Formats: sequence, C-alpha cells, structure tokens
Amino acid sequence: MIYRDIGQAILLFCEAARQWPMVWRDRARIREQLHEIGNASLFMACLLALFIGGVLALQTGPVMSERGVSSFIGGMVGLAMCKELAPVMMAVLIAGRIGSAMAAEIGSMQAYQEIDALRTMNIDPVRYLVLPRLVAITVGLPLLVVFAVLIGWMGGAMVCISNPQISITYSGYLNSLKAMVQVGDVANGLIKAVVFAIVIGTVSCHQGLTTLGGPRGVGRSVTKAVVNSIILILVLDYVLTRVLLNL
Amino acid sequence: MNTAAAQTVSRGVGVTVRGLCKSLAGQPVLHEVDLTVEPGEVFVIMGPSGSGKSVLLRHIIGLMEPDTGEVLIAGESIQSPGVRDRHHMAMVFQSGALLNSLTLAENAGLYLREHAMKPEAEIADIVARALAAVGLTGQEEKLPGELSGGMRKRAAIARALVMEPQLLLYDEPTSELDPLMAATVSREIVALQRRLGVTSVVVSHDRELAFGIAHRMAIILDGRIRCVGRPAEVRALQDPQVREFLDATFRHH
Ligand SMILES: Nc1ncnc2c1ncn2[C@@H]1O[C@H](COP(=O)(O)OP(=O)(O)OP(=O)(O)O)[C@@H](O)[C@H]1O
Ligand SMILES: [Mg+2]
Repeated sequence: MIYRDIGQAILLFCEAARQWPMVWRDRARIREQLHEIGNASLFMACLLALFIGGVLALQTGPVMSERGVSSFIGGMVGLAMCKELAPVMMAVLIAGRIGSAMAAEIGSMQAYQEIDALRTMNIDPVRYLVLPRLVAITVGLPLLVVFAVLIGWMGGAMVCISNPQISITYSGYLNSLKAMVQVGDVANGLIKAVVFAIVIGTVSCHQGLTTLGGPRGVGRSVTKAVVNSIILILVLDYVLTRVLLNL
Repeated sequence: MNTAAAQTVSRGVGVTVRGLCKSLAGQPVLHEVDLTVEPGEVFVIMGPSGSGKSVLLRHIIGLMEPDTGEVLIAGESIQSPGVRDRHHMAMVFQSGALLNSLTLAENAGLYLREHAMKPEAEIADIVARALAAVGLTGQEEKLPGELSGGMRKRAAIARALVMEPQLLLYDEPTSELDPLMAATVSREIVALQRRLGVTSVVVSHDRELAFGIAHRMAIILDGRIRCVGRPAEVRALQDPQVREFLDATFRHH
C-alpha cells in the first residue's frame, strides 16, 4: 500500500514540477499559504527549539564536564541542532500542523466535488491546489529551521550558564560553537529541510486528492498523510545523513 | 490556448454517447446507454432518483470513464487530451460544488480569472450581471457556507453562465428552488441557448421544467434509456412505466 502511495506521490510531484513555470501566477495563493505556515507554526517552532537545545545541553553538559571536555558542549549542541534536530523536529511539527491541514482541506474539496468542479472548469487541480502549497512549504520549512537553529543554540546556552553542574561560561559556549559549526553544517540542515518539505507537501496533497468517501475518508487521509510523512522523514533523514556525510 | 476557443464559443457542440456501460462498487449503474444531442439543442433527461442520471452526466463531462462504450464531444472522445481546451464545457453540479473557501463573486469569476480571459474590471461586471440574473445581487461577499441550499445552487448556475460554454450540463437545476426562482432559472437556460446557441443537457425530475424547455427529452429508468423524443411524442407514449413516472400526482383527495 505505502509503495503505491509513494509511487503516486512521486508522479504528483513530477506533475507539479512540470507546472512550475505557472508559479508566478499563483503568487497570491503562495503568500496565503506561507502566511498560514508562519502563523500556525512560528511560535510553536521556537518553543520546541528552545527546549530541544536546552535538554541537549542538560543531557550532555554534566557528563562532559565530569570528563573534562566541557569545552565541546557548545559545538556539540550547535552541530546536533543544525544538522539533525532542527530539521527533523521542525519537519515532524510541520507534518502534524501543515501536512494535516493540507490533506484535510484538499480531501474535503474532493469529498464535496469541488475538485470535480475545478476539472470541469478546465482548471488543473495540481496547478491550482498542489503547486502553491508545495512552493510555500518548501520556502517555509527551511525558514522555520533557521529560526529553530538559532533559538536552539540559545536554549543550550541558557542551560549551560544557569546549571551549576555544567562548567562552561557563556563565551566559552559560543567560542566552542563557532569553532566547531561551519556554514556547511547549517547548509546540510537546510538541504534536509527542503527535502522534508517536499515530502510533506507531496504526500499530504496526494492523500488529499485520493480521498474516497465523505468525512470519514477525509479523516483517513489526514492520518495517512501525517503518518506516512513522518515515516518518510525519519527514513530519508538517515539516507540523507549518510549521503551528506561523504560530500 | 483558451482565447482561441473563446472566439468560437457561439456555436454549441454535439454530444454522442455510444454503448455506455458502467458499474460502480460492483453494481451495474448504466446499461448500454446510447444518446445523441444535437448542437444547440436543449435536451432534458428525466428519470427517478437513483436511475443513474448524475452518473451519466459525469461521464458526459469526462469525470468518469466508461467501462465500455464512449462519449464523443463534437466527434472527439472526451477522454482525449486537450478536448477541454478546444471545447468549452461547464456543469452545474447537483450539490452546487462551489469552492467553499471562496466568496460567491470569486466563485463565479473563477473561470475567467484563472484563464486570464478578460481584464479584471470586465470580469467584475460580468459576475455582477450573472449573479443578478439568478437573484443573488448583494450576496457577492458571502461564503458558500453562509447560504441556503437554493442560493448555492443559483450561485453554481451563475458560475456556469459566466463561462459561456459550448456545452452546459445541469444536474437538477431547479430541485431546491421555489417556483418563481425555478421559472427564472428556466428562462436563463433558454436565453443562454438562444443567445449563444449553447448545447444544454438538463437532468431534472421537474416535469413542468422539462416539458417547458426541452427540444427533445429522454427518460432513463434503472440505467437504461427508455425513450427519446420531442416532448409531445414522449407525452403521447403508452409505455406503462413511463406513464407512471410522468403521471404521478400529489392529489390524494
Ligand atoms: N461514486 C459512486 N460509487 C458507488 N455507487 C454510486 C456512485 N455514484 C452513484 N452510485 C450509484 O449509482 C446509482 C445512480 O446514481 P445517480 O447519482 O446517478 O442517481 P440519480 O439518477 O442522479 O438520482 P437523483 O435523482 O436522486 O440525483 C445509484 O444507485 C448510486 O447508488
Ligand atoms: Mg443525481
């Protein structure tokens, strides 16, 4: 089942990519979608990032201090945040908040024959519905990841200076972070974010478009959109890490 | 691509349905349906609830693919690529099928706007006129969810009128309307046909509407076309099942 869904989703992505030249005409709808992503998720994303950065420092800080390698804490938190945790956690958050909304909205349009109406008007649902969402999420998720990385670093710093078991100063934390995190590491995280965004957008829109039946069908599509997105995010995260490691 | 078609809009296109069979969820719904609608004709399809009228319309507009048989629009299969660019078609869905996230005015103007067929000011003008024709002036900024069923249906009709198609399918255009509004809508259907020579296929149970506007009509029973002919011919038929359907009455006293 999931293989067929993935295959169809890839076809949907190709179809949307083919419509790419039309993207300028959809700028109003893209802006609308971006607004939604920002509005719905920015605060949550920041809160989540703050605590992830904090808990990273809290888990590793005392152990590293004990063994006398506390000067690496900043770099450790910095790398983990930008290469791994910010992209994955933000992607999971967006799959839950935005992917579900996309599947629900497009799914109910399918259930209420709105998509049929678009077809009879010779308006391609892929161009009208999928393309703007895909573009918006592909722009929006990396932006959120940038915020999450910065705030996660701050969260780590806050824990380091306030916890007596962690023997590192604020400037020590920052210096370690600066020394160990390269621009390439941040880019690495952003590449992941772009891939995850495309996965979430495509999978969610595909589930919406293939909704069968009424409200129950919409519910099923939403669940599948979120679950499939998260599974794919975690699997692809490993694959991407492996690939990007050798670059 | 659509501007070229826009200039040829004034001629309706013919529809041919040949040997159409369709099963849905394992149940046969349409059996060997054959039908020809001439260009510029008002063709009415009547039949009891569940007889397959909506399914037939969905085949004609290309939303469903036949199991066997074919649907031809001006001699071209509806499933062949690009037919919708060459022939303008529109459908008024039984449920209206307005886009719930757009206002009435946006819904009605969607087609012209998406295909960038007219300047914005002109679109606003056309939309206002179409909404006025179905008695919805002043409701432009409402969302479909804020309207009654009949108002939604009328908005759907306005959306189809705005498209000025060559083939226009109506699924129960008057089923949720009061008699006065039903008369207005039937007048609009006929006016559009006279003005632009649009081919209209109207599905309805409304006997008055059917006999009032039809050039020819068909009666469909259990997924089979039972008879086709001019209204006078159908009225004169002696087929007991057709008679039963056409003569049903509310008078029980
Ligand atoms: N998507 C579908 N899946 C399965 N069966 C369907 C589907 N659509 C319609 N049917 C079946 O096809 C038959 C004909 O349905 P249709 O909607 O065409 O009836 P209708 O003639 O339009 O009736 P009404 O006048 O009540 O609108 C019904 O028995 C219905 O159960
Ligand atoms: Mg019907």
